[in-house]
Amino acid sequence: MLKTLSRPFMAKSSGDFARLGVLLALAGLILFGALRYDNFISPFNILSFLRYNSMFALIALGMAFVIITGGIDLSVGGVAAMASVVAAYLSPYGWFPGLAGGMVAGLIAGAINGLIITRMRIQPFIATLAMMLAAYGTALLLANNQSVSVSYDTGFTMIGQDDFLGFPIPAWIAALAYVLGWVFLERHPAGRHVLAIGDGEATANLMGLKVEKTLFAVYALSGLLAGLAGVILASQFGAGQPTEGVGWELFAIASVVVGGTLLTGGSGSVGATLAGALLLAMVFNVLNFENGLGWISLSAYWQSVIRGSFLLVVVVLQARLMKKTEA
Amino acid sequence: MLLSMQDISKAFSGVPALRSASLEIAAGEVMALVGQNGAGKSTLIKILTGAYQRDTGLIRFEGEDVVFATPGASQARGIATIYQEINLAPQRSVAENIYLAREPRTGLGLLDRRAMREGAASVLKTFNLDIDVDLPVGHFSAATRQMIAIARAVTQKARLVIMDEPTSSLDEREVAILFETIRTLKRNGVSVLFIGHRLDELYEICDCVTIMRDGQTVAHSAMADMPKMELVRHMLGKELAAFQAIARDSDDGEMKPVRLSVESAGSGVRVRDVSMSVREGEISGLAGLLGSGRTETARIIFGVDRMEKGAIRIDGKERRYSEPADAIADGIGLVSEDRKIDGIIPDMSIRENMTLALLPKLKKAGIVDRARQQEIVTRYIKALGVKCASPDQPIKELSGGNQQKVLLARWLCTDPRILIIDEPTRGIDIGAKAEILKLLRSLADEGLSVLMISSELEELLAAADRVTVLSDGRSVAVLNRNELSETALLSAMAHQVN
Repeated sequence: MLKTLSRPFMAKSSGDFARLGVLLALAGLILFGALRYDNFISPFNILSFLRYNSMFALIALGMAFVIITGGIDLSVGGVAAMASVVAAYLSPYGWFPGLAGGMVAGLIAGAINGLIITRMRIQPFIATLAMMLAAYGTALLLANNQSVSVSYDTGFTMIGQDDFLGFPIPAWIAALAYVLGWVFLERHPAGRHVLAIGDGEATANLMGLKVEKTLFAVYALSGLLAGLAGVILASQFGAGQPTEGVGWELFAIASVVVGGTLLTGGSGSVGATLAGALLLAMVFNVLNFENGLGWISLSAYWQSVIRGSFLLVVVVLQARLMKKTEA
Repeated sequence: MLLSMQDISKAFSGVPALRSASLEIAAGEVMALVGQNGAGKSTLIKILTGAYQRDTGLIRFEGEDVVFATPGASQARGIATIYQEINLAPQRSVAENIYLAREPRTGLGLLDRRAMREGAASVLKTFNLDIDVDLPVGHFSAATRQMIAIARAVTQKARLVIMDEPTSSLDEREVAILFETIRTLKRNGVSVLFIGHRLDELYEICDCVTIMRDGQTVAHSAMADMPKMELVRHMLGKELAAFQAIARDSDDGEMKPVRLSVESAGSGVRVRDVSMSVREGEISGLAGLLGSGRTETARIIFGVDRMEKGAIRIDGKERRYSEPADAIADGIGLVSEDRKIDGIIPDMSIRENMTLALLPKLKKAGIVDRARQQEIVTRYIKALGVKCASPDQPIKELSGGNQQKVLLARWLCTDPRILIIDEPTRGIDIGAKAEILKLLRSLADEGLSVLMISSELEELLAAADRVTVLSDGRSVAVLNRNELSETALLSAMAHQVN
């Protein structure tokens, strides 16, 4: 894993330091877990770690593109919840309608975000906050305020629960998304335009880039990936979950920022975002094992507190680093 | 003719910015576009590049009628613009910046990074620039970034390169490199539209000149047929102002002691060597073209910008202010050029706007002494003749002239010894102009020293007792009352001795 990730980290940019830090922290944490807990390196732990965290990795990928443009998408958790409900309702018609339905639901929400932000010139923060509420509301309305069982007869549950070549299907999906995301950002002109727009919208416009279209596409993509995460959620847990997804946006933002992407936009890396997502997930994996040892007992609420504090620390460190490089 | 813009008009919410302006550029020609602030230069350029849409008029480029809906469209057609604040993406590499929006692609539709790198390096080499094209643009100096922007224009196969004040942030050596680059462009048949205001540079590099004033094109000629004096006269124009001679006739002002003197002050590239003085009870004018360092000199005196060399004396004692608060405490006031930006607070009342600088002194037991505030405000409204419904009227409802009076009052009520006033009558109608100038005169008669920065000749001629002329950051002439004339001012500004 480390080897395949190492290439994008060679890029000559100010984020180098942060990216190296993420990899070191990730390696250190894995080593710590392997030495301290008996079953940490077991196939069961590794596979369930990948299966569960693929959803977050997908959302973090979409968030990375949004943050690179200098924006933010707070709606991803709500959109995933809504998509999980849509997918669950469509799952009796086959695995594909379930998959496609959830993704389209996410895409529509993302496209509406994009339209509001580019056409009506509303701050992304406000637009996506409103979408978060709207998406949760829609999910609860559709699901009549309870979880919606998926069909177990059409193969829909394969998406979240089965393996392919020994690895969970969600992990394959996330891996494919990350490879495509990396190629797009690093090697496709449109990906470079995303970076240039984050560097300065007015400048990008004067250079002849299609700023509005690109921003629209970025929010639509974030919605699409959140929809995909919602499909995996429904498939993995056997039900559409209108109340899931709370705090997912924070996890995604934290992953992106931990990966060295600047919240001010204009720089960022797909590989480092994956490393950031893995690092955060690993922190919780280690906490779970620690809980299992019985020395400490951390509730899910404490995990939220830790997650929030972690994000805050990273953002403060990032701001300090930036000041130093400017001086 | 490569480009022909005819009868271009444009208004912003009813206020005309361009009135039937025109511009013509031949292939391989370097055209200077000059004019004062607000003359309409940048509006004209933005219409040409598609950043704004014209209201009326015709644009022909390479013999075809064109309308550019976006900057991208004009670029695709061969018009490239190098903006003053160089528009490149600072975190992206040099090669990417050169090719952004027109990247070479491989068969798979992905970036052809080798072609980008090699193309960028080779085009930069034609401008004698050998830099690592993989480094982010933000690593390089302003001059290099400008070259990169020009290289970008060249790879776009631009037929016309627009340069908006390209030398404003360059030192002399860098200017020489830029001019060499412009000559290279010219040799390749590329036309350049050069917007600038340093006359020597214009005469060195440009073939022709188009002069704008008040949204109109007022002159167009070959550079060789346009003497400097004539050019400056066209730029500044003549307003048939009904100013009476507001200045005093006698020379007794000269006998009064010097209150403020600036000796060989310098700061950065904008102020190189400025010496000037203001006597007690005198209106001392500071003149010069746009960019000559007038406002910057005022900023140094007032402690906004740091003085790097030279000395400032108040009543003979050397002073050096590190911030405006120190200058204010020493009895200096500054009414700045742009009322809207750093002067008035639109929604606040006349009373509040007027006493803003005075508030700390108006405190009684920690709260504002309303009775004294009211008394001061009433006094100044009467003394300066501010036309308003009541002191509680929001200042934004007043006319420009009356707003200016309130700002004046703001400083006057702090009881200053020296008042610096930058463009005192900008945006004020003609009747109010004379009134403001008369007001300044009567203040001077009461002993106030006024430093009046102005780009309007009539204003200087009418009100100033003495005028110091700046050119390119240096004080080049001091004209006393008896030497003041339009010709004398113009020739000093054009920096022609004799």
